Amino acid sequence: MYLRYGAFSYLPPLTDDEIAAQVRYALLKGWPVSIEHSTDPHPRNIYWEMWGLPLFDLDEPDGVMAEINACRSTFPEHYVRVLAYDASLGRQTTAMQFLVQRPGTEADLVLTRTEGNDRTQRYGVVVRRSDSPGPNDGG
Amino acid sequence: MTAELTKDRWDPGVQSYAGMGYYAPDYEPKDTDVLAVFRVAPQDGVDPIEAAAAVAGESSTATWTVVWTDRLTANSHYQAKCYRVDEVPGRPGEYFAYIAYDIDLFEEASVANLTSSIIGNVFGFKPLKALRLEDMRIPVAYVKTFQGPPHGIVMEREYLNKYGRPLLGATIKPKLGLSARNYGRVIYEANRGGLDFTKDDENINSQPFMRWRDRFLFGMEGVNRAMAETGEIKGHYLNITAATMEEMYERAEFAKELGSVVIMIDLTIGYTAMQSMSHWARRNGMLLHLHRAGHSTYTRQKTHGVSFRVLAKWCRLIGVDHLHAGTVVGKLEGDPATTRGYYDTLRDDHIPTNHANGIFFDQDWASMPGVMPVASGGIHAGQMHQLLDLFGDDVVLQFGGGTIGHPLGIAAGAEANRVALEAVVKARNEGRDFLREGPDILRTAAQSCRSLEVALATWGDVTFDYTSTDAPDAVPTASA
Repeated sequence: MYLRYGAFSYLPPLTDDEIAAQVRYALLKGWPVSIEHSTDPHPRNIYWEMWGLPLFDLDEPDGVMAEINACRSTFPEHYVRVLAYDASLGRQTTAMQFLVQRPGTEADLVLTRTEGNDRTQRYGVVVRRSDSPGPNDGG
Repeated sequence: MTAELTKDRWDPGVQSYAGMGYYAPDYEPKDTDVLAVFRVAPQDGVDPIEAAAAVAGESSTATWTVVWTDRLTANSHYQAKCYRVDEVPGRPGEYFAYIAYDIDLFEEASVANLTSSIIGNVFGFKPLKALRLEDMRIPVAYVKTFQGPPHGIVMEREYLNKYGRPLLGATIKPKLGLSARNYGRVIYEANRGGLDFTKDDENINSQPFMRWRDRFLFGMEGVNRAMAETGEIKGHYLNITAATMEEMYERAEFAKELGSVVIMIDLTIGYTAMQSMSHWARRNGMLLHLHRAGHSTYTRQKTHGVSFRVLAKWCRLIGVDHLHAGTVVGKLEGDPATTRGYYDTLRDDHIPTNHANGIFFDQDWASMPGVMPVASGGIHAGQMHQLLDLFGDDVVLQFGGGTIGHPLGIAAGAEANRVALEAVVKARNEGRDFLREGPDILRTAAQSCRSLEVALATWGDVTFDYTSTDAPDAVPTASA
């Protein structure tokens, strides 16, 4: 499965310059940026591992880019995402979220069904490691 | 514009409304008053002040004649008071009447009660040719008797795990006639192609060609397949609109049992039913989508009815997570300034008076969650830069025909919309002048996406450019 995740997963992968431009947008808005990584692409996996604390009080993207690269080189086969956070009253939630790294081989998500009464199904999604390389975006 | 005081207030018989105290130009509205502004068109020969006072009277305590039983109450407390009357600029014979209602007139947390007063008998009152409720100020004291949207914009994003871009949807077409199996196919294709949501149409309930239960079963098969293929949370607005509350609860429970993240209701079910479903949705962790079916029968004509900005306020109080609020560039009514007023009303916490946008009062929501507006009706990928410029991130952009009518198929249509959206959001964040450069940004994105290239070739030039029937008729500088 080619994971569709975050704001830009239907575009070609962002270059480092493009990532820096997005980070600059967040910093200009006053949003701290953070970096997280995970091996679990389940759509309801909210809590990826934090790569340190959110980066507060930065003016330029360089520091963020350095941390992104450190996270990538430590976990080359993990998903890595960048988040921006809006702490303003009435928001106090994530403002941006996009991928900056995918594993070379992505896991598949398998739909499970459990028969219920009266033609109902209980659906579940299970992550299954795939041996077949390359993306399979299903269309 | 002078009020006639011909007799003593309590003399039996017919008395002018102004004379009975419903016109009070010196009254200073209290912070806890409900305020309303009506556009009043009096019959020929009717004094505008008296007409405005009559609106205040007939929407609160008055009847057509003096009744001595008023003297058993603290009458002046319960009387609505027209405190200001302005001529509508450029519209002879029409007046804006500002009326204050004490909060004691209304049952807590009941839009049914609020509307029974304010748009009750008064709209049929003979001395008026026409009457329109233009705007209302809901005081914080009354706002706080409601919980508002079951989730709101912030919680919806956290629930769906989607940030930093508008959400995308599509209404399944054709509206009527598809069997459940075919219908579920459209849901599957549109969601796997890249949309976040698909949607039942307002008149899809439970007809002979497709009963609701079958639609829910096949629809959720499509939703879950698409979720497993993409790794994104997906939803289909399962319309539970039905003839009775019992039937709606049964359908909502079934949607929950199947794991849907969202259900849908139509405005036609009524305020009380909407509020009941709002409470159900909060209790059951279900997003609640509202389609404003029927609203144009009373919101569209500027001389008579209720402005949509008022309806939007009622819906935020009642508590829905999504509400259709116009597209500006699509096929349905709405000029940019007026539509901006609706979006602000639904999303912001504090909305200052802005006559150009049709906002007559400061409105404070006291941290009540915002409603996600939905832009739906005749929009396509080629307008993506305009849509992002008009509405920003917190909106669901719904492309029905613009997804399903794609020449390469439904999934391709969905992908075209998603790629167009992401390309424009990315360009905006990079600091580009995305509105002006929009066509270039889309053409460039289409170079690596055949679906978008075909979408732009198919619909690139389609516009719906008609004059709006409803406009704010701004009062540029308040004369008060």
